[in-house]
Amino acid sequence: MESMLFIPEIWVLLGSLILFLVSIMDGSGRAARFWAGLIAVGAILLTAATFFSEGELFFAAYKVDLFSQLFKLLVVTGFGVVVLLGQDLRGVDEKIKPEYYLFLLLSTLGLMMVVSCVELLSLFVALELSSFALYLLVPMRDERTGTRIQMESAAKYVIFGVMATGIMLFGMSYLFGLTGTTYLAELLPKLHGIGMQPAAVVGITMVLAGFFFKLGLFPFHFWLPDVYQGASNETTAFIASVPKLAAVALIIRGAALYLPDGQAAGSLIAVLAVVSMFYGNLLALVQKDLKRMLGFSGIAHAGYLMLGVLVFKESGYATSVYYVIGYLVMNLAAFLVICNVARQGENLLVEDLSGLSRRAPLMAVILAVAMFALAGIPPFVGFMGKFMLLAGALQAGHLALVVMAALNTAISIYYYLSVVRVSYCSDSDDVETIQVDGLVKLVGVLLVAVIIFMGVAPNTILELAAEAVRNIL
Amino acid sequence: MDDVLIIKDGVMPFLSILIFLPLAGALGLFLIGNDHFAKIWSLLVTLATAICSLPLYFGFDLTTAKYQFAEHHAWIPAWDINYTLGIDGISLLLVLMTTLIMPLCVLGSWSYIRKRVREFMACLLIMETSMIGVFVALDFVLFYILWEAMLIPMYLMIAIWGGPRKVYASTKFFLYTLAGSVLLLVAIIALYLQNGSFFIPEMMGQEYSFLFEILVFLAFFLAFAIKVPMFPFHTWLPAAHVEAPTAGSVILASILLKMGTYGFLRFCLPITPEATITFVPYILWLSVAGILYGGFTALAQRDMKKLIAYSSVGHMGFVTLGIFALNKFGVEGAILQMINHGVTTGALFLCVGMIYERTHSRELADAAGVGKFMPWYVTFLAFFSLSSLAFPGTNSFVGEFMILVGAFTKYKIIAACAIPGAVLAAAYMLRMLQKVVWGGTDNPDHTGLLDLNLRECITLAPLLIFVFWIGLSPEPFIEVMHVSVTHLLTQVNGAMVDAPLDLARLMLP
Repeated sequence: MESMLFIPEIWVLLGSLILFLVSIMDGSGRAARFWAGLIAVGAILLTAATFFSEGELFFAAYKVDLFSQLFKLLVVTGFGVVVLLGQDLRGVDEKIKPEYYLFLLLSTLGLMMVVSCVELLSLFVALELSSFALYLLVPMRDERTGTRIQMESAAKYVIFGVMATGIMLFGMSYLFGLTGTTYLAELLPKLHGIGMQPAAVVGITMVLAGFFFKLGLFPFHFWLPDVYQGASNETTAFIASVPKLAAVALIIRGAALYLPDGQAAGSLIAVLAVVSMFYGNLLALVQKDLKRMLGFSGIAHAGYLMLGVLVFKESGYATSVYYVIGYLVMNLAAFLVICNVARQGENLLVEDLSGLSRRAPLMAVILAVAMFALAGIPPFVGFMGKFMLLAGALQAGHLALVVMAALNTAISIYYYLSVVRVSYCSDSDDVETIQVDGLVKLVGVLLVAVIIFMGVAPNTILELAAEAVRNIL
Repeated sequence: MDDVLIIKDGVMPFLSILIFLPLAGALGLFLIGNDHFAKIWSLLVTLATAICSLPLYFGFDLTTAKYQFAEHHAWIPAWDINYTLGIDGISLLLVLMTTLIMPLCVLGSWSYIRKRVREFMACLLIMETSMIGVFVALDFVLFYILWEAMLIPMYLMIAIWGGPRKVYASTKFFLYTLAGSVLLLVAIIALYLQNGSFFIPEMMGQEYSFLFEILVFLAFFLAFAIKVPMFPFHTWLPAAHVEAPTAGSVILASILLKMGTYGFLRFCLPITPEATITFVPYILWLSVAGILYGGFTALAQRDMKKLIAYSSVGHMGFVTLGIFALNKFGVEGAILQMINHGVTTGALFLCVGMIYERTHSRELADAAGVGKFMPWYVTFLAFFSLSSLAFPGTNSFVGEFMILVGAFTKYKIIAACAIPGAVLAAAYMLRMLQKVVWGGTDNPDHTGLLDLNLRECITLAPLLIFVFWIGLSPEPFIEVMHVSVTHLLTQVNGAMVDAPLDLARLMLP
């Protein structure tokens, strides 16, 4: 029965075989999308069915618990939404659409596995599975809409990614050298036993660097704006939201290796967080390309997320989990609009949104909610998450950090607001209404509902996150 | 907690009804397809809210400073955040004024708003929810959420239905107010960490270190001073007032500005009394600067809305002068003046909106000499203008008189410096009135103008009633605040002795 725990992953793996068959039989993009949607629904149901189960697999290298299942459910849900919101995958050539879905699914599989891995090597393998699939998705954008920028982005993505992986592996070698084990469960007491030598701190930090790359935290953020801009809208929607979930899960696992009271790396992470916030927000102010702007805003949000991590306590981790869930929803809502407003799958400039409230009133509302939520205006989830992050960090005594994070809210509102302003105030000559699929509309409304619900009634999800985090500490 | 809240079991939760009724009304608008029905629906919802607020006045216990009609429910147990509501003598009148103004805003937008009527009405109703919520919230997180959430509908109101420079005005409004309140959030969290609770009354009267009080006070002050707006934080106000649609201007002037002064009364004074006393001289001089600056600038305006907007800066200067005089006359006068300003300035903005609908201009020159063709209109305008310049017999006279009495008892020079403000008010208001009623020899042709219709008269009449009611018989309005204000002042004056010493200790190592 142990293998039942692995059912969601097996389902996704079989699903990727189906998509592989679709692709070698020259199936249409429509068929591939249908299958991908079906697989997503099945995966969501199966993960939900195994939500509260616990167990260890593969010589205890793979652990199923509430923490992993929570993240798995979020990952597959994110995947499902991304499949759904890219109506006809406008930025990708018809011929390679089945392959596109195949790699998207493989990346999802990697992310599902990575949150369960409790052993360094299996973790590495799962992480690479998700990363390599993503490296391939970026250049799949067709020439017309991408104007070759996708190749540049893909190259940057691979090079920075491989570099970060190298640093991570190097760090893992330190940890193995110090303790003689690759199991996280054994690493923890042994590292604490040897009293947190500098080598251990450096090792853990280098492992974390690999995860910071996924999240886009300064100074591992260089790929982020370029990839956001160069990848097709749907790919960006995925990269911007789903892998960040796994990154946060991994960072929490990694940060738990530090001594809980020593905070050896606390000030380092604090500095990275502050620089990320200022860098991301200040550069986002001047962006014209909407996706690139969201890329810089993603760097800033990576900084906010670190506020929860550097508390090095369960409550802090739980708020980080809460915030990243909210971030997933806000981002998906924003990209749902972007994907559906860009009629040829082209990159949208902020000014292209002008008159959106006339051309597609519902899309304008969803986008406005997403932007206000990202900016951290109540009553949306962005505010509640940020509030709890700030409260937790202040409780841990990081007053200067909290003040700077609060000031960043004031900086960031300008560019979020400019999106709302353009879509509501500017009138464009283009008055053609934008047709949006009914299902997409439904999903958009649901996302808005979740954004509001998590903002005004955070308790359920917060407790779930706290419970999940308690499982791994 | 029970010693400051009066929770009656089995009584209707009036405050929750006041908060959620407009919100439900806004959701109901989505089901209505017809613009005309949407207006009627909004009017009914706001009227129902107004009626629901009446029991607050009649059931109000005059003998206690506790928070009445209180409600308390757990909300986010993990952080000890609760849904706590309650009103005292300070917030009661503000809630009542809000519920009075909102139906008039709907009436005032009846023919003014022509596009996207349903969305506009939804914005109005959501505004009402968050404004009432701000005045009744006793949990700091709840307060902050409502305080910030109101930016969104207000922003949309200016940005979508505003005048030609709406983009500039709305962005400035949003950025200014948001930037002011981010540090408020940090201060709230800091207070929570000191007290272990977000319950506002529990934060009052605690022993904080002096430096902590100073920092918290400054964070509070920045947020509230921008909202009031106090000189020199007022620059967003004329832009927002001028570009907003009539209802938006009315809400801004009548209710939104009061939130800043309400914040001073509810938070700065009782939570950080020593810091308040330390900063009193500076704030009083800023108030005087606001009074004089507002008066002089209003005198120079050609745009009627701008004129009234700058007059607001002056009037709100009187309010802060009264609050920080820190005595009974001053504070009670300030609260009364907050109501007066809401009534009078709201009415003046409605009047400007009515003339704008007819001439499509807010220029004083274009409205010159309409008295001959719109006798009813200028009658209303005359009374409201006289009220604005604090003519005896009208509401503002009582308020300003009490404030000046309060200020003169302690700060003779400062109060004397504020006196020219009253003269300036007469100058700019009479100048406007004279222009609008008679104009000069070169008046534009107004022969086609229609006088006020019944709806417009009904919009203005309630406000006119209150102008004279408060002006001639202010006691029913003042008596509700006696006990709460006395309680507030004991909270502050207890710190009066320590403040100078602490300041000295802070300065000297």
